[in-house]
Amino acid sequence: MAECGRVDSSTSRHTMDKSITLPPDEIFRNLENAKRFAIDIGGSLTKLAYYSTVQHKVAKVRSFDHTAKAASDKLYEISVQEEVTARLHFIKFENAYIETCLDFIKDHLVNTETKVIKATGGGAHKFKELIEKKLGLKVDKEDEMTCLIKGCNFVLRNIPHEAFVYAKHADSEFRFQTTHPDIFPYLLVNIGSGVSIVKVESEDKFERIGGSSIGGGTFWGLGALLTKTKRFDELLQLASKGQHTSVDMLVKDIYGGSYGSLGLTGDLIASSFGKSATAEKEFSKEDMAKSLLHMISNDIGQLACLYAKLHNLSRVYFGGFFIRGHPVTMHTITYSINFFTKGEVQALFLRHEGYLGAIGAFLKGAEEDNPNQYSWGENYAGSSGLMSVSPDMNPMQRARSGTFDMLEMDRLERQLVNLPLLQDPSSYIPDTVDLTEDALAREYWLYCFEEALDGVVKRAVASQPDMPEAAERAEKFRQKYRHKLQTLRHQPFAYGSLTVRSLLDTREHCLNEFNFPDPYSKIKQRENDVALRYYQKAVKSLEKLSWEERQFALVRGVLAVELKHFYLVKRPWLVDCYDQWFERIKGPPHKCALFFVDNSGVDIILGVMPFVRELLSRGTEVVLASNSGPALNDVTNGELQILTEKIAAMDSVIQAGLKEDRLTLVQSGSSSPCLDLRFGLLIILIYGFALIPMMFLGIMHHLFIVVKKSLGASVTFSFVFSSRLDKVLATVVRERKTDLVIIEGMGRAIHTNYYAMLSCESLKMAVIKNSWLADRLGGKLFSVVFNHATRTNKLRM
Amino acid sequence: MAFNGHQRDDDIIDEDETPTKQPRSSKEMPGLCRNEPNNEAAAPAGRATTDRRTSNSTARHRKDSLKKSRPPFPWFGMDIGGTLVKLVYFEPKDITAEEEQEEVENLKSIRRYLTSNTAYGKTGIRDVHLELQDLTLCGRTGNLHFIRFPTHDLPAFLQMGRNKHFSSLHTTLCATGGGAYKFESDFRTMADLELHKLDELDCLIRGVLYIDSVVSSGPSECYYFENPTDPDRCVQRPYTLENPYPLLLVNIGSGVSILAVYSENNYKRVTGTSLGGGTFLGLCCLLTGCSTFEEALEMASQGESTRVDKLVRDIYGGDYERFGLPGWAVASSFGNMMSKEKRESVSKEDLARATLVTITNNIGSITRMCALNENIERVVFVGNFLRVNTLSMKLLAYAMDYWSKGQLKALFLQHEGYFGAVGALLELLHPS
Repeated sequence: MAECGRVDSSTSRHTMDKSITLPPDEIFRNLENAKRFAIDIGGSLTKLAYYSTVQHKVAKVRSFDHTAKAASDKLYEISVQEEVTARLHFIKFENAYIETCLDFIKDHLVNTETKVIKATGGGAHKFKELIEKKLGLKVDKEDEMTCLIKGCNFVLRNIPHEAFVYAKHADSEFRFQTTHPDIFPYLLVNIGSGVSIVKVESEDKFERIGGSSIGGGTFWGLGALLTKTKRFDELLQLASKGQHTSVDMLVKDIYGGSYGSLGLTGDLIASSFGKSATAEKEFSKEDMAKSLLHMISNDIGQLACLYAKLHNLSRVYFGGFFIRGHPVTMHTITYSINFFTKGEVQALFLRHEGYLGAIGAFLKGAEEDNPNQYSWGENYAGSSGLMSVSPDMNPMQRARSGTFDMLEMDRLERQLVNLPLLQDPSSYIPDTVDLTEDALAREYWLYCFEEALDGVVKRAVASQPDMPEAAERAEKFRQKYRHKLQTLRHQPFAYGSLTVRSLLDTREHCLNEFNFPDPYSKIKQRENDVALRYYQKAVKSLEKLSWEERQFALVRGVLAVELKHFYLVKRPWLVDCYDQWFERIKGPPHKCALFFVDNSGVDIILGVMPFVRELLSRGTEVVLASNSGPALNDVTNGELQILTEKIAAMDSVIQAGLKEDRLTLVQSGSSSPCLDLRFGLLIILIYGFALIPMMFLGIMHHLFIVVKKSLGASVTFSFVFSSRLDKVLATVVRERKTDLVIIEGMGRAIHTNYYAMLSCESLKMAVIKNSWLADRLGGKLFSVVFNHATRTNKLRM
Repeated sequence: MAFNGHQRDDDIIDEDETPTKQPRSSKEMPGLCRNEPNNEAAAPAGRATTDRRTSNSTARHRKDSLKKSRPPFPWFGMDIGGTLVKLVYFEPKDITAEEEQEEVENLKSIRRYLTSNTAYGKTGIRDVHLELQDLTLCGRTGNLHFIRFPTHDLPAFLQMGRNKHFSSLHTTLCATGGGAYKFESDFRTMADLELHKLDELDCLIRGVLYIDSVVSSGPSECYYFENPTDPDRCVQRPYTLENPYPLLLVNIGSGVSILAVYSENNYKRVTGTSLGGGTFLGLCCLLTGCSTFEEALEMASQGESTRVDKLVRDIYGGDYERFGLPGWAVASSFGNMMSKEKRESVSKEDLARATLVTITNNIGSITRMCALNENIERVVFVGNFLRVNTLSMKLLAYAMDYWSKGQLKALFLQHEGYFGAVGALLELLHPS
């Protein structure tokens, strides 16, 4: 924690005081097409919001016309197209820079048809004229509380890991909460200068059920009087250094010890400031500030608990400038809530708490666009992350630099829905291993990602050989991503729980940021081409085997087509359910198998397809689920369609399957990794091992798996299922009465989703190709995991 | 109102005695009574009374048992709080000549000292206006005196006890409040006194119910404010606590305890807050340099809190209609003090007033929530924070009425801070 504030303090410290220059690449981006402005001006910070569109490249594949085959020796055509997507920008800065910022916006705003700016917050009134004069927009005021609630609903619905519990003394101070699909009802305790306690029951229904005049203004105002310290942040600094016991009268000051019969311990505060009722003693500023902080936090916590109890609410979110990222106040509020509810209610805080008003005002202004009908995702490349400005670490830094904090959100192409078959979406946690909490694992993975960075940059450049400036862009990508990794090293909580998935997402976002939509396209194309040439040969050799031998060969194929030393991996494997599986397939065929696929090349063509072929021959319908958009060397739905066609041309079984609609290809719902990560798939590639999340659907929670290969490097993909996925996939699964889910893949997903269970039969296959991971799982490098689970028997892993 | 059903053990009380709250069963009489024979003062007195009033042997026997159950004088009840020590002293007025003769000098001297003065040392004060005269307690008639002094002067009190040879009286000192525990050893070492320690909430409730039952003349013990939301028509009115249960009892001392009382013996502490009288005085001392509660209150009475607090209308220009908040409501206590200019323009009186309003409103707010959660409509506020503090009482009355839309009634008691001490005295006379 202590280092968090240093990240960018040195660079801007001396230059920002008098005049600031705003680099358009970094803040107020995409102003050219900006529209629908909203502004939330608080006591010290201004939050600006606008909608804009971003043009970026997307990779598409297209099958060549068969008749013109001579035109190319390539399998299919790869093209890069321009696509325009919607993005929301939110920027937070000190009120002192409001004029500079307005000027900047005016200068960079090109073709906007916007006439109005929605405004909220206490300062909206004060700056009305300035805004109207500078921007030529009409200021349209919106109710503060309405904006706040709208914003709160929006972030709770759209940003995973938005809410967190704060635990000062835990390994990880921030414990992020899995977003519950049903966010209502909840209590929002907004601690501004006073306190408002609002019960929110639905998108449009909320009520201020109470409040208190003892709030942030009391801390600030009374604190300023008592300590002659003017700034709020400095008061908090003082408080964090003080001892309240010299000012407060504790139970033990009255009782000499505890008040046993009531269970009140001696250290409890019996009377705040009870010891200062004397003209004789002097008290230190620090002690008084601390006492004041306790007094106010306890009081607010107590009232919040009383209201929560009266209205029978268990989810209580705290926000307002008193909280706004200040560890000191989050700690005292948390303590108070724990005390008054005896641990029954947890104090929840929000990562984007400071933006709620601006988001809400923006949404009010954009109602005709109906933004709530879309799903939005946090863009990690364009967002600063939690505590990018950490006032408690270094109040002077904040005072001087006026650091700009940003949040960007992309509109997702598909609206993601809750899976109807999911029994308990709220209990599903995709990433069980939280790198935020596991320092060793965090070290390891951050190191891996950093080591892999050179390779990624190289691949990115290679993917665009015709573009001379690709190298320059790739270099920018490198800098940006490396900076993100550094930030995450110090503030692993910046974007919610840190996971391998989020590290991959962040990289995808950064790649997209610099227009590298599919760095793997060429590699995948080459691998697919090579693998296709061996398909018939592979099928033929499998045909020659006895039924018994073939079943094993198929499994081995999926597990590790590329693993040269597979023969070294003797059974029993680390997890070995092969015998059970073998017994199972002697029995009646499955009705329908859902197969999550991941890598291009050998993996899909020589591993998965023969397996699929066997299933079809047995009379089992097969649904192949693949990524909608490119993500590392993951096979995309577009690519898979072409590949399946090619294979069908060589293989009558596959062809018949397609024709009879017994083999179906569906999209997983992840149309592009940077957008879908939230609820869909994740993709990952690390240090030569790619972990590709697959999504699953099914009747239960999630799962993943895969291991495999790719040409030069071994690549491990893992899928993480989410509670929400593509509607079509969900429908297909339900209609076809899927009774088998096959997931191949390894990496963290296996480790993290170890105990996750599906409610139908499942098969998970993986080779652990990462020695660190193998170690953690109690196996050796190249250990095989083959887990077959029926509805009743649990995964053995 | 006074004689309202607290009478239990009719068989040991004769017809012309004022009924008092009696032990709950005959088994509850012992303990202290066994010391009776050692008593020099009370024994003759009891005998005299008995002789005068009873005519048959059964009654006589009963009188004897009453006499025997009576602890020796002096009768004290003590409540040692975080800020104040509250002392109640029963002065027997029915002392016969015989008794007078037998009364030891020390006892006499203590009685005279306490009853002939209204101030003790620099800080001890007898609240003469609260004195209850012609009270019959345990068969004795006399006056109940209410005395207080700051807890930090307890050593001086102990010294006085030592000088007056209090310990030679072989009396038991019933004490409650945290100080009974904290200073137990000081009592032993400095004044050679053994404390009988009692739970403060038990004592509080016992004291409230007792005082309410015995006060029959003079101003009503319990009262409320009529028209609390209209300053011009707001007047104090007597209230009859006939069926008091359930009631919420809010004791505002240095800190605050909130009790839900369902019957004499059935209560629970609902919650408490550290923002109490100690906070008011503590903050006032820091903000204004004053040093006593009276000073702080005096300043508060002359100040204007709206210069210190930020009101709803300061933010919204008027009412915040969306949420039904009136413009005059405080949006942020001390909120105006965020601004340097305003900090420089407020007076000490304004600050004292704002502190009082802040603490009082907060207590009102927490109380109201507890009343809702416990489903109780009657709230009795006690504790020394309310002493000579009509400002706070009216504010509480207002807040209860306004925010509950007339559902909640705020009640107050004349002997606001002394109930714990009274409860302790009762425990001496009728151990439960």
